[in-house]
Amino acid sequence: MIRVENLSKSFNSQVVLDDVSFCIDDGSLVVVLGPSGTGKSVLLKSILGLMSVDSGEVIFDGKSIQNATANELYEIRKQVGFVFQGTALFDSMNVAENIALPLREHTNLSSKDIRERVCHLLEVVGMEGKADLYPQSLSGGMKRLIAVARALALGPRYLFYDEPTTGLDPIMTDRVVALIKDLKKRYKNSGIVVTHDLSTAKAVGDQIYMLKKGKITKLTKIEKELYD
Amino acid sequence: MNLFSAIGDFSSFFFRSIFIPWQLKHTRYRILRQVFEVGIGSLPIILIIAAFVGLVSIVQTSYQVAGTVPRYILGMTVGRMVMIELGPILTALMVSGRCASSMAAEIGTMRVTEQIDALEIMAINPHRFLSLPRIVGTFIALPVLTVIAELDALLVSGAYAHFFLDIPFGVFNYGLTHFFYAKDFFGGLVKSLFFAIVIATAGCYFGFNVRGGAREVGRAATYAVVTASILILTLDFLIALVIFG
Ligand SMILES: Nc1ncnc2c1ncn2[C@@H]1O[C@H](COP(=O)(O)OP(=O)(O)OP(=O)(O)O)[C@@H](O)[C@H]1O
Ligand SMILES: [Mg+2]
Repeated sequence: MIRVENLSKSFNSQVVLDDVSFCIDDGSLVVVLGPSGTGKSVLLKSILGLMSVDSGEVIFDGKSIQNATANELYEIRKQVGFVFQGTALFDSMNVAENIALPLREHTNLSSKDIRERVCHLLEVVGMEGKADLYPQSLSGGMKRLIAVARALALGPRYLFYDEPTTGLDPIMTDRVVALIKDLKKRYKNSGIVVTHDLSTAKAVGDQIYMLKKGKITKLTKIEKELYD
Repeated sequence: MNLFSAIGDFSSFFFRSIFIPWQLKHTRYRILRQVFEVGIGSLPIILIIAAFVGLVSIVQTSYQVAGTVPRYILGMTVGRMVMIELGPILTALMVSGRCASSMAAEIGTMRVTEQIDALEIMAINPHRFLSLPRIVGTFIALPVLTVIAELDALLVSGAYAHFFLDIPFGVFNYGLTHFFYAKDFFGGLVKSLFFAIVIATAGCYFGFNVRGGAREVGRAATYAVVTASILILTLDFLIALVIFG
């Protein structure tokens, strides 16, 4: 369970997060909805300690991110898969090496086992046969799927998606949404999906929060229907 | 930023990159790649530069002392000049131009495309992953390059003396070996170890500190080379004071 408590963050005079609190229960996928530039990416990075916050705390399974040492922080992050908005694939490595990297660094699997795991993950996201390509030669949507495969490598308990469907055509969007739902069913992981697309939000979210002007509010069922 | 906090920042970056737990199993390959990148990659240009350094040294020395000293002195002078000063410093400056800039650009690009954040999220220490192999790799490659450059320069200058200055190999070699002091040679190598640290640390430091986009990446590459070059010459002077002063 991840508890976000009274998180505040501003850049200079611009308040991006203002006393944000919410909770991700085990097994549930929380969607944070909000227009562009409200601080959704900042929220995700703050939760994982990639960005420092001005005040507030994030509690990961009882451990505070803000008080964690560097090593504790790394231990916590090993349980998280993160799909970046810009995918952040390593462009000096091919697809297989990208996915294999966390396995090489954090497990004692043999090269053969790693290769099998990579193949399996590529199958899960429907990108078989792309193992030897470099990120530069993939389309935006394909990169997104590879980024998901990389995030899954260590079998994380939590998955964070930053705008997983933005900029994709409707077919690819449906594919990614289906994948997110499928992964949740398959691996029983919890997580956050950040998006500004309401249909994605409704399709994947167990709870939907709205982030606007730094404030976060939970959307009730009626509000969700009103948005239609 | 004032000079002292900049120096403090720079050194603390170096210590943070080096004094971290790391396993040879994971890092060996990455270090080896940097040794090749820095060493083999710089070899052609170093061989060319060193050859001309040898030529210029022998021409200049013979011009300055012609007829006033025994001919073997040329071997001694060129030898010591190349080993103490020219070999280490010119190799380091060339490598800094080639490698400090490319390290800064590569790491800077990884910074702006969030690849460094991705490492952090995967619980991979980016300093261990990126800076450590570069610093260690350069530390291994640069002294070797320096020795190769010195051999190259001395061979070429000896050949020039033999064919154009009427100083037979034997005479040149006598001056070179008879007045060879281990301190000269190893003093030069000690310098190149320090230069290696400076080059790789500057490249990584400016790469890691990129904030922004393509223009900042370009600027980081420039800063890395300029800083490395200034530090190389400063250290050269300080170390000379300690070893030879
Ligand atoms: N490093 C930074 N320095 C200064 N301001 C920043 C920084 N990162 C983000 N911001 C500001 O914080 C605000 C929120 O940015 P963020 O990237 O979180 O938006 P977002 O909700 O993810 O938008 P999008 O949907 O376009 O990705 C923006 O107005 C941005 O200007
Ligand atoms: Mg964003």
